[in-house]
Amino acid sequence: MIALRLERRHPLPLWQQAILPLLSVLAALGLCGLLVLWAGADLVRAYAALFVGALGSRFAVLETFVKSAPLILTGLAVALAFRAKFWNIGAEGQLYAGATAATWFGLTFTETPAWLLLPLLLLGSFAAGGAWALIPGLLKARLKVDDVVTTLLMNYIMLYLVSALVDGPWREPVSQWPQSPEIVEAAQLPILLERSRFHLGIPLAFFCAGLVWLLLARTPLGYAIKAVGVNPRAAEFGGIRTARVIAVTALLSGGLAGLAGAGELAGIQFHLMEAISPGYGYSGIVVAMLGGLHPLGVVLAAFFFGVVNNGAQHMSRVTGVPTYLVEVMQGVTLLAMLAALLLLGSFAAGGAWALIPGLLKARLKVGNADAARALSTLGSRMAGPPGGIDPSLHTLHGAPVSGSPGGDAPPDSP
Amino acid sequence: MTGPPAVRMRGVRKRFLDVVANDGIDFDLHPGEVCALLGENGAGKTTLMNILFGLLPPDAGTLEVWGEPVTLRSPREAIARGIGMVHQHFTLVPPHTVLENIVVGTLEVDPDAPVWQLSVGEQQRVEIVKALYRGARILILDEPTAVLTPPEARGLFKALRSLAAEGRAVVFISHKLREVMEVTDRVVVLRGGRVVATRQTAATDPQELARLMVGREVHTPVRRPRPAAGAPVLEVEELVVDNDRGLTAVERVSFAVHAGEIFGLAGVSGNGQGELAEAIFGLRRARRGRIRVGDAALTNRPAAEVVARRVARIPEDRIGVGLLMELSLAENLILETYRDPRFRRGPFFLASAVAGFADRLLADYRVRAPHRAVPAKTLSGGNLQKLLLARALAREPVLLVAHQPTRGLDVAATEEVHARLLELRERGVAVLLISEDLDEILALSDRIGVLYEGRLMGVVPAEEARVEELGLLMAGVGPEGPRA
Repeated sequence: MIALRLERRHPLPLWQQAILPLLSVLAALGLCGLLVLWAGADLVRAYAALFVGALGSRFAVLETFVKSAPLILTGLAVALAFRAKFWNIGAEGQLYAGATAATWFGLTFTETPAWLLLPLLLLGSFAAGGAWALIPGLLKARLKVDDVVTTLLMNYIMLYLVSALVDGPWREPVSQWPQSPEIVEAAQLPILLERSRFHLGIPLAFFCAGLVWLLLARTPLGYAIKAVGVNPRAAEFGGIRTARVIAVTALLSGGLAGLAGAGELAGIQFHLMEAISPGYGYSGIVVAMLGGLHPLGVVLAAFFFGVVNNGAQHMSRVTGVPTYLVEVMQGVTLLAMLAALLLLGSFAAGGAWALIPGLLKARLKVGNADAARALSTLGSRMAGPPGGIDPSLHTLHGAPVSGSPGGDAPPDSP
Repeated sequence: MTGPPAVRMRGVRKRFLDVVANDGIDFDLHPGEVCALLGENGAGKTTLMNILFGLLPPDAGTLEVWGEPVTLRSPREAIARGIGMVHQHFTLVPPHTVLENIVVGTLEVDPDAPVWQLSVGEQQRVEIVKALYRGARILILDEPTAVLTPPEARGLFKALRSLAAEGRAVVFISHKLREVMEVTDRVVVLRGGRVVATRQTAATDPQELARLMVGREVHTPVRRPRPAAGAPVLEVEELVVDNDRGLTAVERVSFAVHAGEIFGLAGVSGNGQGELAEAIFGLRRARRGRIRVGDAALTNRPAAEVVARRVARIPEDRIGVGLLMELSLAENLILETYRDPRFRRGPFFLASAVAGFADRLLADYRVRAPHRAVPAKTLSGGNLQKLLLARALAREPVLLVAHQPTRGLDVAATEEVHARLLELRERGVAVLLISEDLDEILALSDRIGVLYEGRLMGVVPAEEARVEELGLLMAGVGPEGPRA
């Protein structure tokens, strides 16, 4: 009749809130250590290489910031949405919407000075990402359409739109693979530190984290978002127009993801292409959960994955452990975090479990081919010497790979 | 006494974190008796019976069933020994149909309906039949009459008496003295996890039991004679509301609640009260009819507008509809007023203003809580209700709609809620009190209406109301209906 007897715990003390993500990370490092060993590498050497690669030099540290910035923004996007129980797993698509808007600004306004074009570009990217998220937001708020499904599926629509653009009207004629021409220089985010790719978008990401913190902790809108997330019926009863709050949350969430797209496009790539994001939108979910849906936690979690992402290539070069380990580590960290949250009875976990099917879909859809390649690469690493990293295999999203040659590598160094 | 007692519990002790729920309880139950387990919420009644039903392992103590020492590790083992329990919170499987939950006896519910569509009262009736049907020889009923009409309760009591006459043993958990006096042979009074007294029912009276249960004298609410009726504040006209199944739940109901009066709406759960309240709250659409508050038409307006019209609300489902359990007490208290300019400086909250507001309300309404920043979920049921009351009344309401405001509260908390309702009435506020507790309705109301199957069966002034007459109305026998 009753198999489990779970007793409700008192609210978590602060140290436990911090300890939980740390334990999840340790669990992930431990479990992934087994994979490192399976790949035939020395565990200590591999992890040392990971951290040296990410933090071992000025350039490495700055590159870690470069890789953290989009994760901060997508992490904030997901965290803000999840606070209102708007299950936005479409940050990837919203990121591409932002990148597309940035490209449009950078290709259209060829005569506009940077001081005017850059704010317009950022606002435009925010609006584009926000609008893309607003569609599922309104569908949920007005028609109770399942947001996990819609936000996820909207990703594919956006990715195919980008494919169509870069293979059609925006295709750069001289390039051998589909990508847009380079945006004008005035539309490119200025590099703030020389001999690096540390662009304006990076401090902007931290600034956004501060704004989201202020929003949630200090403003009536933030209060309404939390109230709707905790108990929509009670919020409505209390006079909060929940449909409106969900729509506004969706808009802000998508806007943050759109800014991530602007940062990648106008700060790093300068061309729109299918592989502009290695799944930053999906990683944002892991970042948000690991960060406890708190802006400060998101920044820390994003930095951690920035370290892992950035260090993985060095680790791979030194020890031959494939960079896919990064994705495995993200997945394991998320699962460890969810398991811990569930055991501790936190409210977020209840909803987060609902995401697992969606996440699996998102991952597996892409992933059947990728995972197979990942496994075979792992296998070949055990057999032979390490080869170069093929960045096209690094994508997490479902962008069609037809016509996309391997070796379309973004610059590894300036 | 021949033969062993049906149940013999000795030195039962159970502790939850820092609360001792059962502190060395001895309890005997004999075949052929109906024994009341009387006590306030938190006295340990339900915990003791959950131990007997195998739901909770005791920390210490022994248990004998029919003279045989046993350890019950699960309800299944308890059921195998002929113990049946009807819970306060039902254990029916919501998605299944009633037919799947039990093989139906004679009960007045649609046997093909999925359980989630049933009202609380209907579900309880199914529960009682379920336990009886399983042929339990020891039957535990946890506050079974809360949702029954007086005639139905009397029917249940008759059934309990005949079960006892067959040699079964019945435990009747309650804090309602009238029922305890009516149906039981013996009363065991619990307070603070201990047995404070055992009485033969015939040798005691309600006053003594109340004193034993609460540990002090109990005051009944004093309702001063009604001042001249004020202007109508809430006007409901020809209102038609559907339930979740799309069936008519409220059928052309019309009434008015005037300033300075308490209008009591009696009726058994599931007769449209919930739908009516939700329509007034702005949480459910009215198919037809009108709702006005003062000079504002509020038919099918969002809850936000109802709130803005200074309508204070106490919902039946406090946790599901009323409160934000994961948020702090202060955040719960400002739910209806968070956009008020006095809480703001520029775009930000003025933390000191919010804190001052919350602290004042927590003190005024004597909410027992360590701090305004603790989450609401750490409070007890009575304190949660005070929190809701504080929020609802903080804004000088013109109308209070209170749906089951004392359900599940202990005597002290109930007294306090009643006092607040009467105080509002004195101040000229219109109060709509929707309750299934006829005693409460009779004690507080100036006028009484009865809902039966969505229809208003009649409105009588409180001075002229008699329990028997109201009971007949609650059972659907109207003035124009068949008379005995």
